[in-house]
Amino acid sequence: MIRLEDVRKAFHQGSPNEVWAVRGVTLTIEPGSVTVFRGPSGSGKTSLVSLVGCLARPTSGRVRLGDRLVSALPEKFLAELRRRTFGFVFQQFHLVRGLSVLENVMLPAYPEAPPYAELRARAEGLLGRLGISDRAGARSEWLSGGEAQRAAIARALVNDPQVLIADEPTANLDTERSRDFLEIVAGLKAEGRTVILTSHDPLVCEAPLVDRVVPLRDGRVEGAA
Amino acid sequence: MLARQRYLLDYTLAALLRRKGRHLSLLLVYGALVFALASVLLFGSALRREARALLQDAPELTVQRLVAGRHDPIPAAYLAEVRKIRGVAAAEPRLWGYYYDPASGANYTVLVPATDPPPAGSARVGRGVARSRGLAVGDVVAFRDARAEPLPLRVTHLLDPASELLTADLFLVAEGDFRRWLGVPEGLYTDLALRVRNGREVRTVADKVTRALPDTRPVLREEVARTYDAVFAWREGVGLLLLCAALFAFAIFAWDRASGLSAEERREIGVLKAVGWDTGDVLRMKLWEGAVVSLTAFLLGYVLAYAHVFWAGAPLLAPLLKGWATLYPEFRLVPHVEPAGVLALFALTVVPYTAVTLVPTWRAAVADPDAVMRGAQE
Repeated sequence: MIRLEDVRKAFHQGSPNEVWAVRGVTLTIEPGSVTVFRGPSGSGKTSLVSLVGCLARPTSGRVRLGDRLVSALPEKFLAELRRRTFGFVFQQFHLVRGLSVLENVMLPAYPEAPPYAELRARAEGLLGRLGISDRAGARSEWLSGGEAQRAAIARALVNDPQVLIADEPTANLDTERSRDFLEIVAGLKAEGRTVILTSHDPLVCEAPLVDRVVPLRDGRVEGAA
Repeated sequence: MLARQRYLLDYTLAALLRRKGRHLSLLLVYGALVFALASVLLFGSALRREARALLQDAPELTVQRLVAGRHDPIPAAYLAEVRKIRGVAAAEPRLWGYYYDPASGANYTVLVPATDPPPAGSARVGRGVARSRGLAVGDVVAFRDARAEPLPLRVTHLLDPASELLTADLFLVAEGDFRRWLGVPEGLYTDLALRVRNGREVRTVADKVTRALPDTRPVLREEVARTYDAVFAWREGVGLLLLCAALFAFAIFAWDRASGLSAEERREIGVLKAVGWDTGDVLRMKLWEGAVVSLTAFLLGYVLAYAHVFWAGAPLLAPLLKGWATLYPEFRLVPHVEPAGVLALFALTVVPYTAVTLVPTWRAAVADPDAVMRGAQE
């Protein structure tokens, strides 16, 4: 279970261009569920998933993972959480240019330093599962949007995380590719993983597999006091 | 731990290959700088060593006569006085001097060998002289003597190339020819060469010489060695001074290249942190990157400098460091590397570069990955 307690996040705090991206969000995300943060651009969706996924620390408030208060953890432990508990699929995918798809997928496991053959087999297995085995040797910048997203999903799953976070996963995909993505999410849900998405795409927000849609506006949960 | 380092190194090498142009240009400039610095250091220290080795056969003490504070020919009668001094094992008069040859624009050293002098009318010449005048064995070369009369000399022998550091400009001639050529009258010599029985008493013997012959100046072999050292060190210093400008330019270049992370690199650091690398992993990766670039450049530059100095005869440095006016000696230096010099050069190049690469990476790596990625997108 992930719990956010009155979480706030400011950027450029104390300077004239101070922006409060998240303004007091309290919510609970159940394990094994699919949750969508829905809202227009600038509503704080990306900031919120960054806080959930330990990519950033809240300016105030608390983030708990199970019984553990993660918002107060030192950076070293946050990195370990990002590596072992969360898998990220960024809106722009952020695959490392110049590396092959396979190398990109293996990247999050480097600090764990598993035996190379085992890691390679794991990465190839994921690429096979996501249907892009034939692109394993291709450089990441040569991929189409759909292929890049699958590669990013494979990278997010290589350390077998409990939670997958995807920021605007269908923003760069056509309808068919978006449906493919939702099928992948359904598979992950069936495996018991928690999936957190940000989107304002009705195809995602209205998908039957989604357990909960959290509407956001101006950094707050809409309808919340 | 070792496996983790191997993965980081693996990633680093891949990263280096991805930015080939940037790293190759850095490697070339960096390597060229190490090459230049190492060449001067290797060449200077090898020259000093060579000169010291050659001086081992020089007399422990040389006695010169001074008139008006300047070196003047020494009368033959002084020889008998010197031989009387206790501690002097042997004393020999020497005849040597300089001749400016307008034809080649070079100064020659003219010398009468103590043993086995060449027959009258002939000469043994150094390789530098032979090159400057295009001489071969059997050729006759004519100079004007002190009375402007022609003095023909037949070349009977070219001196051993191994001794060229000291013999490049040398003419070995018979005593009669020498006196005629340079105008030194009978009964006068250039100086006296003394062998001293006990090496530790050279200074005592020198004092005795000064007391017995007040108008003379004894020159110790160790003083000559020190002068050689000073001359070579001075020349090396001039070379290094010139290279300081290059070092400075490199520092700016390296700072520019290494210190500023591109948006792409900042984004990459953000991605690595986001997928679970911790700050230490990113720093270690960058440390590997700096180490690989600087060590490669250092090794490349040093090996090339070694080849340049000891195999090729340092063609790029010879005019500066050998500097025998017009006659540059051609000789092979005995390979010699001083570990302290290698360490100093290493400390001056590899360590600062590696450190410079770490600072901006540390700044990027300690930020939240979210901030790094947002910043890189801006």
